Amino acid sequence: MDAQNTSAIAVDQLVKRYKGVAAVDGISFRLTPGSITGLLGGNGAGKTTTIAMIMGLVTPTSGTVTVLGVRMPEERYRVLHRMNFESPYVDMPMRLTVRQNLSVFAQLYAVKDIDERIGSLAAELDLTEFLDRPTGKLSAGQKTRVSLAKALLNKPEVLLLDEPTASLDPDTADWVRSRLERYRSAQGATVLLASHNMSEVERLCERVIIMKKGHIEDDDTPTRLLSRYGRETLEEVFLDVARGRRHSEAAQ
Amino acid sequence: MIDSDTGVEFSFNRVAAMVRRYWYLLRSSWPRILDLIYWPTVQMLMWGFLQVYISQNAGFFARASGVFIGSVLLWDILFRGQLGFSISFLEEMYARNLGNIMMSPLRPTEFLLALMIMSIVRLSIGMIPVSFLAIAFFGFNLWALGLALVAFFVNLILTSWAVGIFVAGLLLRNGLGAESMAWTIMFLFLPLTCVYYPVAVLPGWLQYFAWALPPTYVFEGMRALVIDHVFRADLMVQAFAFNVVMFAAASFAFLKLLQSARVQGSLLQTSE
Repeated sequence: MDAQNTSAIAVDQLVKRYKGVAAVDGISFRLTPGSITGLLGGNGAGKTTTIAMIMGLVTPTSGTVTVLGVRMPEERYRVLHRMNFESPYVDMPMRLTVRQNLSVFAQLYAVKDIDERIGSLAAELDLTEFLDRPTGKLSAGQKTRVSLAKALLNKPEVLLLDEPTASLDPDTADWVRSRLERYRSAQGATVLLASHNMSEVERLCERVIIMKKGHIEDDDTPTRLLSRYGRETLEEVFLDVARGRRHSEAAQ
Repeated sequence: MIDSDTGVEFSFNRVAAMVRRYWYLLRSSWPRILDLIYWPTVQMLMWGFLQVYISQNAGFFARASGVFIGSVLLWDILFRGQLGFSISFLEEMYARNLGNIMMSPLRPTEFLLALMIMSIVRLSIGMIPVSFLAIAFFGFNLWALGLALVAFFVNLILTSWAVGIFVAGLLLRNGLGAESMAWTIMFLFLPLTCVYYPVAVLPGWLQYFAWALPPTYVFEGMRALVIDHVFRADLMVQAFAFNVVMFAAASFAFLKLLQSARVQGSLLQTSE
């Protein structure tokens, strides 16, 4: 069996150009099932475009993406029910209650026993008291929890998270991270997490892919990255990469 | 065995989920429901009273009572049918929910079918009360048209969906920058489909364009029925044939625009 079929996500020589400008420029990586990987990079590094191509929302200019052995975007309907995502670029309809929103998405994802699933997710994500409140009346932290509940409704094998704790206070962000960790270890899901938050990536991820201007600048475990760059934190590593210092220079 | 609910095949369950989503939205907002009834009522009253005035002063209109009011009601089926389709689609863009929808196992055909169902739901909320008001105010009974009404309705709603599908494709491709198309595109049909006057009024060269549009046959058919008391089945068959072509062309355009939206990356950026 080839590596593409054994990987949860396989990205090969992926390129996306908009009017001749490369947003993603020939990146390749493979994620093993059950792993949690951070996709780091500044604004315009190509993280969101990469995630959008993995989801099948954006068609690559060249290169291939496979998710759970299924080629995206051509065969996306064979695998979409096994994946899910959360992003600050999308919202849930504000006038619908949390329960209505979750039940609509549960039906779209063919979740069995919808009421039971919504009840257990609400309990797990501390949403029970908000279930019958309009989603638009919730605070930012509560809305993020609802989005997370939507992302976990179908118990996805592949979970794509685009800055899942953006605009959250540190306490709520930490709470969300602990729930993500719990879900990943309980379900054995593969998680790809795009983030600007270095401490989040350091805490959650066993592997970090650093992107800059559409390229992969580095790809390793957080521990090895810290050691190679001679830094104490991933934030310092990120700044080294962002400012063009190679690990050999940074370590001096 | 392939499980249709998991996304491999067409699923009515997913269509039902989307219809439920729009129904929740509609019933949560009384201004939305009021809006569905408000304009059809205003239109019907205005044209109805105008017709009463003219019929008291002109012999032809006295004989052809009901032409204007029939035109207004049928025009509203065409116009509101497309608006009902397009507004449900726009609600996803206003709510920034399109990414969630496009990333779910919902197929484009299922999404479009849900929008068609909602177009009928919204149309029914608006038009059924107005049709009874037309009886009360002007003695015009739309329901008395019987089978002819069914033929008119099927042809008009098919055209409205075809236009709605094309507009949805434009919105996917161009974001809310194309929003005005959803509200105004049908007005192009108003003069060309001869809603309030016979096709013969148009200059000869423009009549070719008029006869290429399915609603033209419906409005001509309605006038034949109300004025001459003749049901023109031939016109309805021709309208249906043009509708099949128009619906297929709109569906093809939608799929091409969706494909282009994926290439341009506009599914994530649905603002202006």
